[in-house]
Amino acid sequence: MIRTFVALALWAALVSSSPVPQVDLALINGDTLPPRLSDFHFFADAGAQRPNARVMAYTLNTPLFSDYAEKQRFLFVPDGTKAAYRDNDVFDLPIGTAIIKSFGYPADFRNAAAPLKLIETRVLLRRASGWVALPYVWNADGSDAILKRSGTRVPVSFVNANGVNLSFSYAVPNSNQCKGCHDNGGALIPIGPKARNLNDGTQLQAMVKAKMLDRLPKDAPRVPVWDDPASGSINDRARAYLDVNCGHCHSRAGPANTSGLWLDWHQPQDANLGLGKRPTAAGRGSGNLDFAIAPGHPELSYLPFRMQSLDPGIAMPELGRQAVHAEGVALISEWIKTLK
Amino acid sequence: MKPIPFALAAAFAVLSTPLLAATLHVAAGPDAQERLQSALIEAQPGDTVEIGAGRFDLTDGLSLDVDKVIVKGASASATILSFKGQKGAGEGLLVTSDDVVLRDFAVEDSRGDGIKSKGANRIVYHNLRVEWTGGPKETNGAYGIYPVESTDVLIDGVTVKGASDAGIYVGQSKNIIVRNSTAMFNVAGIEIENSYNADVFSNISMHNTGGILIFDLPNLPQMGGHMVRVFSNRVEANDTPNFAPKGNIVASVPNGTGVMVMANRDVHVFANALANNATANVMVVAYKQSFTDPTYNPLPRNVVVRDNMHGRAGWAPGFEGGKELAAAMGGALPPIFWDGAGGPATNIVIRDTVPAISLGLAAYDTPIGAAKPGLIDSTSATPPAEPAPVVMPTSMEAAIR
Repeated sequence: MIRTFVALALWAALVSSSPVPQVDLALINGDTLPPRLSDFHFFADAGAQRPNARVMAYTLNTPLFSDYAEKQRFLFVPDGTKAAYRDNDVFDLPIGTAIIKSFGYPADFRNAAAPLKLIETRVLLRRASGWVALPYVWNADGSDAILKRSGTRVPVSFVNANGVNLSFSYAVPNSNQCKGCHDNGGALIPIGPKARNLNDGTQLQAMVKAKMLDRLPKDAPRVPVWDDPASGSINDRARAYLDVNCGHCHSRAGPANTSGLWLDWHQPQDANLGLGKRPTAAGRGSGNLDFAIAPGHPELSYLPFRMQSLDPGIAMPELGRQAVHAEGVALISEWIKTLK
Repeated sequence: MKPIPFALAAAFAVLSTPLLAATLHVAAGPDAQERLQSALIEAQPGDTVEIGAGRFDLTDGLSLDVDKVIVKGASASATILSFKGQKGAGEGLLVTSDDVVLRDFAVEDSRGDGIKSKGANRIVYHNLRVEWTGGPKETNGAYGIYPVESTDVLIDGVTVKGASDAGIYVGQSKNIIVRNSTAMFNVAGIEIENSYNADVFSNISMHNTGGILIFDLPNLPQMGGHMVRVFSNRVEANDTPNFAPKGNIVASVPNGTGVMVMANRDVHVFANALANNATANVMVVAYKQSFTDPTYNPLPRNVVVRDNMHGRAGWAPGFEGGKELAAAMGGALPPIFWDGAGGPATNIVIRDTVPAISLGLAAYDTPIGAAKPGLIDSTSATPPAEPAPVVMPTSMEAAIR
């Protein structure tokens, strides 16, 4: 009995004294390209589900569509530092910050409790030299994700929310393609962590409380949830959808600036938003249509035409589009009908 | 042993950098996509990615984002990057870094553009071939060679066939040379759009819908295209029916157009061999569509057309009312055609041995029905000064010497 007790006490002592794994800040700040996701110790478990200290899960009001993949987003801000709040731009994130985003699919979207089978985890590291984007691809048994800078393709198959089987070749982007979306005037930057898209009434407050965000004004901007009519007008929801899905490229400083089609949240409703705008270098993407947006007429607008195509010479966005986002197309089409 | 003085050590370090330049070889075979893309990612500035002879079957677009890299194949006929099975990305190869040299390989059947470079300064395209192997089709990609938003662009010795928009397209760039290249069976052979300071010379542009286009379009970050010289080109038999998707600006180019200048200023077209273009050998026109951009000028200004050799042209003008006009002129239009928009103030000067016609349209948006055709007489006009030759940084010319 006593022996058992001693043994138990010893075990407890061992367990409590074994160091809780901390996020490897030196690795984030270093100049190496860690070969495995687990090298960073962002998570307490091999499956990247239980975040370690100062790694906070977050969601976005209106997320980027990526072939119907479910996403798990995490933000790590080093102890003793805080993200600096900004009204319109991405928060000013301190050196040592990491943004971790996993992509995966449940076998059946109708079963909310079904676990995700993870395909890839993308990591953005804020180093002294700037942001670095690294794509990690999960191995077959889900025990770790391996750095794959050249990208790859992974066959996926799942039952969607309507009970329809979908299968296609999921594209893990290569590290150059990361810049295809994350480029702003030549610098790689994060896209998601903006006040307006994080502001859901609770999570920014939680970030302040966790000493990861320096402040939160009472009137912080907030974009609606694209598919929740209660959260905003059709105009605001469509603009939120375009902002998140298109605006990172289609903006004055983004990779698609030369198109003259700018779809970010702050773009006024004019020709550069697409109204009466003729194609520039759209090629087949114009679909024999005269305007990006023909007000009142989605059927005459090549913006929704490109959203509905799976042809790489036509499809927009150019990445993460092996499937058509039917619900997004419906929203944008409805919005175009309301325009005059 | 004495310690190496610091200055010497530093000099050695600087000298040793180019010595470390590596060559990354990529051979044809399985997993071409990952091996080639890995090399393009892992290359360091100064390195060469050498692509072996053979056919590379690619499933996605390739991209390069490292400065000072040479991507070199065995030749434009021996090293073939085939995108027939491409599942994603808007182009075959995308370059977004500076001081890159692309040479001696072919890109075939990309679903979108062939090779695009964006914000890639001092880029060299040399001895390349971009081709859609099924011939001209509306389902072909838009542009073959597509540099955009770049300063110092050298395109030398490339061949592009089958683009459903423009074979060689330079957009919103500055300081450009397109030379010794061949464009065939595209909608537009060579197009310089919204660009400043371009020399287009010693090219062959045949069997496209239109041979060489110098355009400017509204609502874009860079507008006001100017200072373009088009000379010593062979622009003949542009006779492929327009297969561009409607709505695109090149869809409005009439079949049988030789050189077309639209909404640019200080464009000089001289010493070209122009023949067998059914609409016109040279066409100078305004941008006719409605636009809202107050900073945009739709008129061509200060255009000189001189000393070209003209063969047959104008027997089947492909624009609205062209047929009737040709009939009224005795069966064919003169080889040189100006829509007249903006009148004499635009200073369009023709100094060629063949007659030239103006439609006499008052403004850019005057309908063709209001045309008052007449022959152009520029004898009393003062030709505007010719732009200075475009010169590339010496490093770029040295890269292909």
